[in-house]
Parts: sequence; C-alpha cells; structure tokens
Amino acid sequence: MSSFLQHTFDGLVSGAFLALLALGLAVIFGMLRVVNFAHGAFYMLGAVGTYLLLTEFGVPFWWALLIVPVVLGALGMGVERAFVHRLARLDPLYNFLLTFGLTLVLQDLVKLRYGTQSSPYATPSALDATVDFGLFDFPAYRVFVLAFAVVACVAVWWLLGHTRVGMVVRAATEHPELSRALGIDVGRWVTPVFGFGIALAGVAGVLAAPMRAVNPLMGADLVIVVFAVVVIGGLGSIFGSVAAGFGIGLVQAWGESYLDRWPIVAQTSVFVIMAVVLLWRPAGLFGREEAPA
Amino acid sequence: MNRRVGAVVVGALLLAGCGGGGPQSSGDSKLSGDRIVLGVLNDQSGVYLALSGTNSVKAVQMAIADFKAKHGGDAITDDITVETADHQNKPDVANTKAAEMYDRLGVDAILDVPTSSAALKVADVAKEKKKLYFNISGATTDLTGKSCNRYTFHYAYDTYMLANGTGKTVTEQGAKNWYIVYPNYAFGQDMEKSFSTAVTGAGGTIVGKDATPFPNDNFSTFLLKAPTLNPKPDVLGTMQAGGDLVNLVKQYNEFKLREKGVGLSVGLMFLTDIHSLTPAALAGTTYTDAWYWNFDAENRAFADRFLKETGSRPTFAHAANYSAALQYLEAVQAAGTDDADAVVKQLEGKSINDVFLRNGKIRAEDHRVIHDAYLAQVKPAAEVTEDWDYVKILKTIPADSAFRTPSADCKL
Repeated sequence: MSSFLQHTFDGLVSGAFLALLALGLAVIFGMLRVVNFAHGAFYMLGAVGTYLLLTEFGVPFWWALLIVPVVLGALGMGVERAFVHRLARLDPLYNFLLTFGLTLVLQDLVKLRYGTQSSPYATPSALDATVDFGLFDFPAYRVFVLAFAVVACVAVWWLLGHTRVGMVVRAATEHPELSRALGIDVGRWVTPVFGFGIALAGVAGVLAAPMRAVNPLMGADLVIVVFAVVVIGGLGSIFGSVAAGFGIGLVQAWGESYLDRWPIVAQTSVFVIMAVVLLWRPAGLFGREEAPA
Repeated sequence: MNRRVGAVVVGALLLAGCGGGGPQSSGDSKLSGDRIVLGVLNDQSGVYLALSGTNSVKAVQMAIADFKAKHGGDAITDDITVETADHQNKPDVANTKAAEMYDRLGVDAILDVPTSSAALKVADVAKEKKKLYFNISGATTDLTGKSCNRYTFHYAYDTYMLANGTGKTVTEQGAKNWYIVYPNYAFGQDMEKSFSTAVTGAGGTIVGKDATPFPNDNFSTFLLKAPTLNPKPDVLGTMQAGGDLVNLVKQYNEFKLREKGVGLSVGLMFLTDIHSLTPAALAGTTYTDAWYWNFDAENRAFADRFLKETGSRPTFAHAANYSAALQYLEAVQAAGTDDADAVVKQLEGKSINDVFLRNGKIRAEDHRVIHDAYLAQVKPAAEVTEDWDYVKILKTIPADSAFRTPSADCKL
C-alpha cells in the first residue's frame, strides 16, 4: 500500500510538469489557434535562465521563480508581435513551422554559448529534506513542486472563470467572430495571452532546474509527450490539458512500476492512449468538436 | 575547331596525369602524398562534445608537436596535419565522413569515433579502404569481436573492462546485491549483460534490473523501487550516460538513497561528467577509469600542458587520443612508410609505455590494446582541494586482467 501511494505521488509530480506545460499550450492554442512547437525550448530557457541567474548574478531559486517567468513572458510577447502575429492569417501550418524553426534556433544559441554539458543546480537548501507522510516519505522539493503546480493551475482556472480578462479570453476562444461583433477588442488580448502561456513554460523550467539535467536539449523530448497530453485532453481545453497532464503522469508512473517486465509498454503508453482517444473522441477527452467551417 | 580544342584538353589532361604521377613514384619518400594526415572523427556539437570532441583534436596536435620535437630533422616528414569532422553520433554520417577522410582528404589514420554504432560503421570503412583506424571512445566489444579487422585497433576501454572493473571489484568488496538500471538501447543492453555476468561471477546477486526509456528525464519510479526490493540492494548500478546520467544522479540524491543504504555505482563516467554534476552530488560513487590525470607526476605534467591549451583537465579519451596519435607516428617512423600493412606489422604485438598506456600491449590476435585500468571513487566534497581533482584511485587493475581474453569471434 505504501509503495502504491508513493508511486501515485510520484506520478502526480511528473504530471505536474506535463500539466503546467500543457496548460500553457492550451491557452495559446485556444486564443491564437497556434500550435506552439517552441514550448519545449521556452521550458529549457526557463531552466537555463534559472541556472544563469544563480551563477552570473547570484540570484537564488526563489527569486528566479519570480523573475524567469516574467522575463520569458515578455520575450514571448515580443516573439508574438515580431513573428507569430504576421503569420496568424495564414494556414496554421505556417506558425507550426515557424515555432519549430524557433526551437532549433533557441537550442543552438544555448548550445553555442554554454555547450551541451548539463549544468549543475542544487536543490534549494530549505527543501533539501525528506517529508514523512507516515505511510511513506518523499523528497520535500517534489512535494513543493506538486503543491506549486496545483496552486498555479487553480489560479489560472480562477483567472479564466472569475475575472473580466478571463471572460474576454474565453469568449474570444470559443466565438472569436461573435465577440468581435459585440465590440470586444479581441486583438488586444492576443499578445498578453501568448506571453502568459510562455511564462507558464518558464515556471515549469524553473521548477525543473533542481531535479533534472539542465541542458539545451532538455525540452526537445518532453515537448513531444506534452503534445500527446494536449491532444488527449482536447486541444484548447483548459481543464482537459491539466487533467490529462496529471493523468498521463500517473499512467507512466504506474506503468513503470507495475509493468516493469515490459518496459516498452510504459514507454509507449502515452502514445497508445493518444491513438485510442483520437479514434474514440477525435476532439480529445474534454474537447468539443468544432462545427465544420 | 571544337575538335581541336577537345584534343588539346585531352592532351593536357594526359600530360598532367603523367606529370602528376611522376614525382610520387620517382621520389624517395615512402609517404602517400609526401605527408601524414591524421583524422579526428567525433562528436563536435552534441552530448559527447565535452568528454572528447574538439579538445581531442588539440590532444592530437600536442602528439604531433611532441613527435616532431623528439625526432627533429630525422622525422620521416615535417608535414603532419589533422583533419576533423563532426559525425553527430550518427552511423550514416560517420560512414560518409570516414570514406571522405580516407579518399578525398588523404587521411592515413582515423582516430576517436564515440558512439558504438558509429564506431562499428567506421571499422567497416577502414577494412574496405585498407586504412588505419584507432577507436578511442567507442565502448562496444564487437570492435575486437565479430566486427574486428586487420586495420582497426580498439585503444582505450570497452564494456568488458568497465563491467569487470566496477562490477567485479565492488562485489568482491562486499556489495553483494545489485539493482541495475540501463537505457534501453544497444550500449545499455550490452553494459547490463556485461555487468550481470561480472557481478554473478564474483559471487554477487542481481536482485533487480530495469530497462529505462532513452533519453529519459525522470527516474523516480526506479529510485522509489530500489530500497523496497527484497533483498535490499547494496548498490544501484546505473548504465546511463551523458544527460541521462546527470538526471539519474540528481534524483538519486533527491531520494536520499545513499542514506537509505543503497550505494551508487556508475558503468561509464568521464571526468567531465563529474565536473558537470559537481563532486558533491557523486561523493562515494565508484567507477572504472581508463586513466586519471592526477594519478602520478607523468600524467599530471601532461594534464598541465593540456590545461594550458584547452582550459580544462583531460579525460581519459583526450589522453588516449594523444597516445594513439603518437604511437601511430612512431610506428610510421619505424616502418619508414605510411603503407597501412607495414604500419600494422609494426604495431602488432608491440609493448608500449607512455603517458596513457601503462603496461600497454597491442594484442596481435584481436587488436585490443590492453593496459592498466583503475577503480576510482569520487571524493567527498570536503576532500576536493583542487579544481578537477575529483577522484581517488582505489586500485590499479593490471593490464592482463583488465580486458577479456581474445574472442573466438574475431578473425583478422
């Protein structure tokens, strides 16, 4: 029992990263109809930025958790104005290719300057301990990551559901033409929403720095899984992306621990689930099918 | 008119052909193209950049300088150059680049080539072109097994050496129960087999083993599982490399496994990995090293020069590239020609002692270069007093027991 709880908890922690990243992707897709392939690269920049703040400026983890998302959010807004915006009227494929190219550029810039070796980043000393839950114990930092991610997801949900900004974003996401006809300035919110999605990727990057290898390629493989998560949850569905993020985290952790005789099953489970979901509900578990244009 | 132009062109080509061919055959030099060209083919932009990469090119240049300084006017030639190429750890790229080096760039010997699959491809090219190839940073024993050939030498280490050194010694020192995690691809599977054999051969038990995704950034499932296995493992043996190793070690510390009585043993680790993880994160970890820069005064003198050239201390791959380049040049000097067959004859069976090879010998049977290996342990942070001096050598593993005996699969 205790080991089951432990693996469950562990699954929720890795799910927290998937949820934060998927949430950012969903928000961006909902508002802009842009599949942001560069999301993994921004996650990487979040972790690398955290490392640089510490080594170059002596800024500790806690400040990085505030500074990095703000800076990346601003960078994201710049990218939206400079590039993404210009392709918005074209086929979505153009922005997909743009963000894919952007990923390669960002990765190689970091590689050029800092090489491919992973950079060391220690766990913040306040959390370098083990929390005892009675039945099982768990690294304190991971408990913090889970709590932080849950709070962040709830905050975003509240923001979208209970504030005026949120209402505009939801309206624009679901009925862009109608919202415009009613005099809501949708365009005004596009850039900030893109920046906000990128900032969420930055948060995930900061949280990853103490527990994962910080290097230019750290986002490249993760983003593939995150895309699968978003597809499972339903493209553009805020709740779906978060639920699918945590869900896939759990499935992977349980699979790895209880199907350990068939490692290949756990390793491919997320894509198998994606395929099944697509066959059964093409719009994803929580997505709504769009009426044909 | 056109026909005349054509005839002139053909005539000119014929003349040039004869003229070009003339001096080479009539001159007294026994060197192809009157010069020696060494080729360093490795990862110059990816995960294995730091452990070998561009700094290995500098190591080879140091070897050329030392060769020239030693032989002065008697050196077989003054014209020794280095060509380099990035194989991006891809077998097909390695294949093309190797052929290009031998055919177009006039390379006499290719050095380095990390990543086992790429290393094996280059061995095929060397065999086909009948040109020399010294593999330094590839790990697979197939290079001296079923894929061995007359022109290929395996210089620094292999999976048997690592497993035999770490697996056997650590088990003999009392860590009987092992839990092995390995990345699920050729290198990882090869390492797992070698380690399991070495551990059980020394009287130990494999209480569990798990294949992990590759690449992977989350090892928590396996780390949670380790202390719950029955019997509890004394040591977690990880066959991960590069970024995956960094992930695993970070998380090993996070889950406080050392405090829970599960030690850590690493299959393959380079000095640059310890540098990147910091010695504190790895304190107490044992692994097998093919060479260590601060082992004795001779190594240290080389490392000091290397530090001046590159800004970092050499890994064993850097030292081995230096040594292989130097020994190749010496063999050409002794043979008086760069003809591959003559140089192979010079090298086979030769006993060598240099900065990298201690009690070294180039086995004629399978072209495995054997030499002393070392069981190393990462120092606790408090004992690290100098940058890059991260390990202490627990034991020297003598050359004749460090490597496997020649394989029956190898027919040169």
